[in-house]
Amino acid sequence: MAFAKQISGEGALKRRVVKNRLFAGSVIFFSMLTISPILLIVYKLVAKGYRQINIDFFTKKAPDTYEAMVAVGAGEVIPGGILNGIAGTLYMVFIASLIAIPVGLLIGIFLYDQQSKRYAGVVRDVVDILQGVPSIVLGLIAYFWVVKNITNGFSALAGSTALAIMMMPLIIRSTEETLKMIPETIIEAGFALGVPYHKIILRVLIPSGFSGLLTGILLAISRIIGETAPLMLTALGSMQVNFQIDKPTSAIPLLIWEFYNDPNMVDLIWSSSLLLMMMVLLLNLLSRQIIARRS
Amino acid sequence: MSELIKQISDPVLEIRDLSVSYNKDKSAVTAVSAGIKKNRVTAIMGPSGCGKSTLLRAINRMHDLYPNVETVGDIFLNGEDTADMSTMMLRRKIGMVFQRPNPFPTMSIHDNVIAGYKLNGIRLQKSDKNDIVEKSLRDVALWDEVKDSLIKKGTFLSGGQQQRLCIARALAFKPDVILLDEPTSALDPVATKKVEELLMQLKKDYTIVMVTHNMAQAARISDFSMFMYLGELIEYGKTKDMFIKPIDTRTEEYLTGKFS
Ligand SMILES: Nc1ncnc2c1ncn2[C@@H]1O[C@H](COP(=O)(O)OP(=O)(O)OP(=O)(O)O)[C@@H](O)[C@H]1O
Ligand SMILES: [Mg+2]
Repeated sequence: MAFAKQISGEGALKRRVVKNRLFAGSVIFFSMLTISPILLIVYKLVAKGYRQINIDFFTKKAPDTYEAMVAVGAGEVIPGGILNGIAGTLYMVFIASLIAIPVGLLIGIFLYDQQSKRYAGVVRDVVDILQGVPSIVLGLIAYFWVVKNITNGFSALAGSTALAIMMMPLIIRSTEETLKMIPETIIEAGFALGVPYHKIILRVLIPSGFSGLLTGILLAISRIIGETAPLMLTALGSMQVNFQIDKPTSAIPLLIWEFYNDPNMVDLIWSSSLLLMMMVLLLNLLSRQIIARRS
Repeated sequence: MSELIKQISDPVLEIRDLSVSYNKDKSAVTAVSAGIKKNRVTAIMGPSGCGKSTLLRAINRMHDLYPNVETVGDIFLNGEDTADMSTMMLRRKIGMVFQRPNPFPTMSIHDNVIAGYKLNGIRLQKSDKNDIVEKSLRDVALWDEVKDSLIKKGTFLSGGQQQRLCIARALAFKPDVILLDEPTSALDPVATKKVEELLMQLKKDYTIVMVTHNMAQAARISDFSMFMYLGELIEYGKTKDMFIKPIDTRTEEYLTGKFS
């Protein structure tokens, strides 16, 4: 009996080891499966785009189709770069941030402050709906607001407005969530020192949640930096480097679209996409770093 | 009960007919009257949910924050009605320490001590600042442990050190009264002992009111004890008397561990 028991004990152990291995194996398999598209994308972008990445790529405007055609015909690297797109993206994201960050933070703080109130729930619902609105629709709205009524033509401001509307819900929700995570005991410590409520928000809550707020902002930027559709209806695109707020402006994703439509420029798609992808990755890594440092 | 209140001569705090309710149908503290003796440690005991914290938080008007909490009755601090004082003035005179140590996570040890001044926008000379920080940290026996790391964040300290830092933060305003809500329940025995010794020291200069779940702790360090049950103050007297010969049977049952 004792002998039999021992054997069955050993058998159970073996079965468990096998089960563990099977489980670990399938976890690894599925992890590979999920990251393989990303690896494939990066590989493809690097393999096809690396030839175009040089100093000119960052310092010269996009070439015209004739220059590109000549170069492609001679088997050379297409001259020029995407400076107008880089400048336009940075400029429009900057303006969008100027609008969306203060408004988003304020509404987020408001929602946190009024958590249990009815109208806060309504605002929260509206924010959620806004987050789900297709970006092309937001582009249309910005078109009617800004292009038609304010700048009387396609403009950086119109593009930034569309991007800002996309950023806001993300910042609002992340702000509210960040503030909610701060322990109530810290807030009570402030009250027990006689600190008025608004000063507690400004001097205790916001500094305590700073890294969380920053992370939310960075992720919001990374979400909108590659937006194309709303910019087509608002910023339009431009072959010039433009910093005038009421003039059409280029952006990296707009350039990618233009290159796609021009058989001579195809090579530039890959390098531009690579740069855009790197920007998004960088923003994500940065926010990840901030989250890691916080905990 | 009322006899005993008269017995406490020149009380720092006088609570009169205080009732607090979180919702209309049920009050968490019911008609409590008591005087708190100057330079003594007064313990508030009672089973969980009997209203100890609610009573303590009424004293520095923490309930003001929550609009649904209704407080009736009066509390006098040195004869002055606390309802007429600004919350800032009141809380400068009545400091509070919580169950879980809660230093401000973004502030250094130095800044945590003078957080009350900083957050309220009260300007201090640099030398005054340093004096207050040193004095407060010495008062809680933390100075020697942290004097070389004042610029480090308060949250780097151990739990016991953090709690003493929070007491120092309350002392920095030179209050008359310090309220503590189970200040040692999150601490290990060694840290608990330190805080207890500290409170016995501090009563020379301050009046201390402390909620505790721990009867042995009340017996060790308090001069006066309150026993609360279902929101009412059942018994209040010298700790020694209460532990040796409780008057109310409910007090006796609590002290002998019949319920907790
Ligand atoms: N914020 C609140 N909202 C509603 N009811 C509350 C709230 N805080 C406390 N109560 C209720 O009031 C009563 C007294 O609570 P209180 O926290 O004062 O008890 P306590 O004696 O401190 O208990 P413990 O020993 O568990 O800390 C309890 O019935 C509790 O459920
Ligand atoms: Mg309590």
